[in-house]
Amino acid sequence: MSKKKEGLEIRPVASSLGTPVKVFYGPEDMKETDYNRDLSDPGEYPFTRAIYPTMYRSSYWTMRQYSGQATSEITNERFKFLLKNGQTGLSLAFDLPTQIGLDSDDPFAEDDVGRLGVAVDTLEDFERIFEGIPLDQVSTSFTINATAPVILAMYILVAEKQGIGRKNLRGTIQNDILKEYIARGTWIFPPQPSVKLVGDCVAFCIREVPRFNAISVSGTHIREYGANAIQSVALPISIAQVYIDELLKRGLAIDEIAPLLSFHIPVGCRDFHFFEDIAKLRAGRRFWARLLKEKYRAQDPRSLQFRFSTGGMGGGLTAAQPLNNITRSTVYALAAILAGTRSMNLACFDEVYALPSDLAIRTTLRTQQILAYEMGVADVVDPLGGSYYIESLTNEMEAKIKEILDGLEKRGGIVEQIENGQIQRELAYQNYLMQKKVDSGEKVLVGVNRFRVEEEERDLEIYKMDPEVRDRQIAGLRKIKKSRDSGRVVKELEKLKRAAGGNENIIPYLFEPLQAQATLGEIVSTLKEIYGEYKEPRTV
Amino acid sequence: MGTERHIRVLLAKIGLDGHDVGAKVLVHWLRDQGMEVIYTGLRQTVDMVVEAALQEDVQVIGVSVLSGSHMEIAKRLLKRIKEKGVEDILVLFGGMIPREDVSALKALGIDGVFPPHSDLKEISDFIKQEIKAEDPSSPAK
Repeated sequence: MSKKKEGLEIRPVASSLGTPVKVFYGPEDMKETDYNRDLSDPGEYPFTRAIYPTMYRSSYWTMRQYSGQATSEITNERFKFLLKNGQTGLSLAFDLPTQIGLDSDDPFAEDDVGRLGVAVDTLEDFERIFEGIPLDQVSTSFTINATAPVILAMYILVAEKQGIGRKNLRGTIQNDILKEYIARGTWIFPPQPSVKLVGDCVAFCIREVPRFNAISVSGTHIREYGANAIQSVALPISIAQVYIDELLKRGLAIDEIAPLLSFHIPVGCRDFHFFEDIAKLRAGRRFWARLLKEKYRAQDPRSLQFRFSTGGMGGGLTAAQPLNNITRSTVYALAAILAGTRSMNLACFDEVYALPSDLAIRTTLRTQQILAYEMGVADVVDPLGGSYYIESLTNEMEAKIKEILDGLEKRGGIVEQIENGQIQRELAYQNYLMQKKVDSGEKVLVGVNRFRVEEEERDLEIYKMDPEVRDRQIAGLRKIKKSRDSGRVVKELEKLKRAAGGNENIIPYLFEPLQAQATLGEIVSTLKEIYGEYKEPRTV
Repeated sequence: MGTERHIRVLLAKIGLDGHDVGAKVLVHWLRDQGMEVIYTGLRQTVDMVVEAALQEDVQVIGVSVLSGSHMEIAKRLLKRIKEKGVEDILVLFGGMIPREDVSALKALGIDGVFPPHSDLKEISDFIKQEIKAEDPSSPAK
C-alpha cells in the first residue's frame, strides 16, 4: 500500500487477531477468492453468503427477548404481553436451582428461587407457564443445559395435554453442556455422562420431535468469559463435533444429526468490532459447510448449513450512561442482520444490573423492528459480500478457525482441555488482559473510560423480585408432595435409575416420573447416583 | 518494605451463581499486585468460605455475586464470621450490585463494595490501605 499523502498522520490499527489493518482494501486482497468456490450465491454451497437463497425477502429473522420471571404465573403473563406486541418467538429463562436440578425447598437454593428466571419444580409449574398459549403456534427457546432432558420431557407433556403432538413442536433447547464448564457454571454431572445426556436429547428429538432444535451450541457465554471474536465461533464448532461424534457412535447418520444442530453466536462484546463480527459469521458458515462435507461426508444440504441465532451481548453494555447501550445494541443488531442471522435476542439497556424492565424489553424489540421495517437494511441478501475488506477478513477468520481447531486436537481434544481446566485458565487470562486494556484506556469504552459525565449517572429502573416468591413456590411444592402417590414416584424413579445405569436413552423414562409429579430435584438426584457429580479443576 | 509479608486474599463464589468471570479477573489482578490469592471455585456455602479463610489465614475475603442475592449472602457471612470471632477479616463484595444496595451492604458491615465497572486498581488500593490502617506496624499481621 503506497503512502498517499505526505505528512498525514495515520492511526495504526490491528485486528483482534493481531494483524495490521490497512487504510483501505482493494482487488489485491480478494485475489485468492474464487466466487464459485469460496462464495457462491446465497443458499449455495459453501453458504458463505447465506444459508437460504432469499433470506429476509421471504421472512425476517425471529425476534426474541429473553424472559422468564419468578413464577410460572408471572412468566405466563409476560409471554402473553410479548406475543401481543408482535414478538414471534418465546424465550424462557429458568432460575438457577432449576438449571442445576435443585428443588425450591432445597436449603442450598434458598437465595436463588425465582431470581434469575422462573422456578420449575414439577410438571404443574410448567403447565402454568404455557397456559393459554397454543404450543403449535409458537416457537420456544429454552436456556437450559444440565437439566435439558427433563425440561424437554415437560414441554412434550404440556403440549400433549393441549392436544398437540410432539411432531408439531417447534423450539430450541440450549442443551450445550460443555460450555457450562468453561463459562456460566450450571453443570451437575461430570463432562462424559453429560455429553451422553446431550446425545439422549438429540437422539430422541431426531425420532420423536423432528421440528425441534435439540441443541444450540453457544459461543455467547464463552465470549463473555474472555474468548475473542473468532474463538466465539471456533470453540462452539469444536464442541459441536464432540456431540456429533457421540451421536455417530450410536449409529445415527451424519445427515440425521447435522440438520438438528444450531448455534448461538455472540455479536458484540467489550471488544466488539463491527466488520470482524460480520466476517466471523460468514467464515463460520463456510468453514462448517466444508467441515461437514469433507470430514463427515454429509450429503444433505441442511447438514452443511451453519444455522445460527445471534445474541447481542450484555457483556458489551455499560452501567455508566446506560442509554448509550441502546446505541450499542442497535449496532450489534445491524451487524447480525448484515451477517444473515436467522434469529436474534438483544440485550436490554438495563441488563447490566438486573432482569430487564418492560420499557427496556420493548425498546430492544423496537430496535429490531426499526431495522427490519424502516431502513432497507434487510432488503438484499449479504449486502457486504464482495467487499474487498469483508472478503479478506472472512478468509483470515476461516484460516484462524482451522488453526484453533487443529491446536485443540493436538492437545487431546476439547473435552480433555475442559477437564484439566486449561481452556478455562486460558480464557480467564485473556479476559484479564482485556480488562487491563479497559482500565488503562487502551480499549476505549465511551462513558466508562472516555467521555465520562459523572452527573449523568443515575439509578436504573430494575426488576425487583417479590420476596414472597420463594415461600409461595415452596408452599405449592409441599402441597404436591403431600397429595401425590409417593409409592408411584419411587417406583418410576427406580425405573429411571435402571435405565440410566443400563446406559439407555433416559428421555422415555422421564415421562412417567413427571406425570407422577416427581420433582426436578428428585429426578436429578436419582441420576447423580449413576453419573456422579462434577468436581471443578483449578480454573485460575 | 522488604520485610512485608504478602497480603493474603480469599476470593469466593457463594451459592449457585456460576458467573465467576469477574472474580477470575480479580484473582489475576491481585496476584499481579503481589498478593497471595486463593479462589474457592463455584458453589460454596458461607460455612465453607469462612472455614477456608481460617485455614488459609487470609486477611481479606472477597465475595463475588451476580445473581442478585448479595444482601442475603452478606448477612449470613457476617453472622458466621462473628460466630468464629474473626471480625478483623476485611470483607469485600463485588458484582451486580445496584447503587442503593452498596450503602445497604456497608451498613450491614461489609467493608468495601464494588459494583460493575469498578476499577481494579480501586479494589487493590482499598485492600492495601485497609490492611495498613488496621495494623500500621506490620501490614500483614
